[in-house]
Amino acid sequence: MLSIGLVWLRWKKGKHSYVVNSLVAVKRYQFLIRQLVSRDFKSKYKRSVLGVFWSFLNPLLTMAVQYIVFSNLFRFDVPHYQAYLIIGIVFFNFFSESTGMALGSIIGNAGLITKVYVPKYIYPLTRVLSSLINLVISLIPLLLVTIFSGIFPTKAYLLVPFVLACLAVFCLGIGMLLAAAMVFFRDIQFLWGVLSMIWMYLTPIFYPASILPENVAWVLNLNPLYYFITFARTCFIEGISPEPIVYVQCALMALGTLLVGALVFRRTQDRFVLYL
Amino acid sequence: MSKMVIEVNDVTMRFRMNNDRIMSLKEFVTTALRGKLECNEFVALDHISFHVEEGETLGLVGRNGAGKSTMLKVISGILKPTEGKVVTKGNIVPMLELGSGFDFDLTGRENIFLNGAILGYSEEFLKKKYEEIVAFSELGQFIEIPIRNYSSGMLARLAFSVAAMVHPEILIVDEILSVGDAAFQEKSRKRMLELMSGGTTVLFVSHSIEQIREMCSRVIWLEQGHIKMMGKADDVCNSYTI
Repeated sequence: MLSIGLVWLRWKKGKHSYVVNSLVAVKRYQFLIRQLVSRDFKSKYKRSVLGVFWSFLNPLLTMAVQYIVFSNLFRFDVPHYQAYLIIGIVFFNFFSESTGMALGSIIGNAGLITKVYVPKYIYPLTRVLSSLINLVISLIPLLLVTIFSGIFPTKAYLLVPFVLACLAVFCLGIGMLLAAAMVFFRDIQFLWGVLSMIWMYLTPIFYPASILPENVAWVLNLNPLYYFITFARTCFIEGISPEPIVYVQCALMALGTLLVGALVFRRTQDRFVLYL
Repeated sequence: MSKMVIEVNDVTMRFRMNNDRIMSLKEFVTTALRGKLECNEFVALDHISFHVEEGETLGLVGRNGAGKSTMLKVISGILKPTEGKVVTKGNIVPMLELGSGFDFDLTGRENIFLNGAILGYSEEFLKKKYEEIVAFSELGQFIEIPIRNYSSGMLARLAFSVAAMVHPEILIVDEILSVGDAAFQEKSRKRMLELMSGGTTVLFVSHSIEQIREMCSRVIWLEQGHIKMMGKADDVCNSYTI
């Protein structure tokens, strides 16, 4: 509330802050954003036979493979394991896809950036948005699996958009950070492959959080993805709203990450064109 | 006196030319440790000032590497000047290299909208102009096929049509009137003249001195980042050819 008041005051004084400017620009460039998102989306499935259907099929197949592997090999004691698994998979897939796409967004659009002026944050933003469409599509198999494993929809499902928004904002923050870093150090792309794999194993996607040994468990408290996924699992599997504090934690982590990403991006964006 | 639309105030653009462009963290650290992080500076533009009034057509001439393209990039906001300031009013359509925003997997129609959006036009505007753009490009039925199947002449036609059918306030043109066959070149030249008489401010770079003489009211001659001469088109063109 306080920050909104502050922004409003500055607006009245005629000082248009970066935040307000970006929001105005988002409105002005929304047609371009739509065009770029639809381009990303179209070219992703171009020339594949099943097309968009893959967004639907992919999480389902990953879930099936992991389900078979883990329910035969390790046998974790998790109720509604299929639902538990697919929520983790869908969320983490979005994280790795959107950050991976945002990572290359500046480099990949070098042809445009060196020829036409467009606010540069539009490029990572559109990449995250087009992954978000994918995420929304993969909610269909997610719902099918939860229903199939004997859970009936409750009102708590209405809370899921909140956590999806947090997740998207978080990914945008990471994506902007990576996109900016990538311009100066191309090694980031390889490093990020490894880092996101470590991140995957440190996030309880296919195992319950309780199996982590004491000395590693503290990492979970620092892992925003763990909060987001737990939030979603509480809504979907238990059918109840999480504790109020969890909302605050999720929102803060998402906005904090975006703030860091946006600041780094803004400080470096004028030099991008010299390194492309 | 009419309104200023472009003001270039004391603009300097310096590029750092590292002996080896440092691209990875490892290289950066190792070269820094060896104390080899020296870089030569290259001054592409050296304290340039000028202004352009509304409706004027300003030509830029000079040899390769004189700083013409850098100047255009600074004006269109792609490059930020090292020193100095550029103030522009109105929307700028840079035709620096045609079709830079094309996606080869999309059809001609989809690319018209994508490219139009990149140039800053609204959806309604493009929908209204769509037929006109297609007609100008003379692509006919090919508009519905992916442009990876286009010939380079067809690509150029499409790109020019998108850029020229719209009504920009400031048009930046870098060596593009040489696209397509003779008939299309003539057509695009006419279109350019039409835009110029319609109040569009144009910045024009060309190596064809006849084109400059014909189209521009005022000409700037750049040499090695300095303004060597600025004045009426005929005067500058006469001394430039010598």
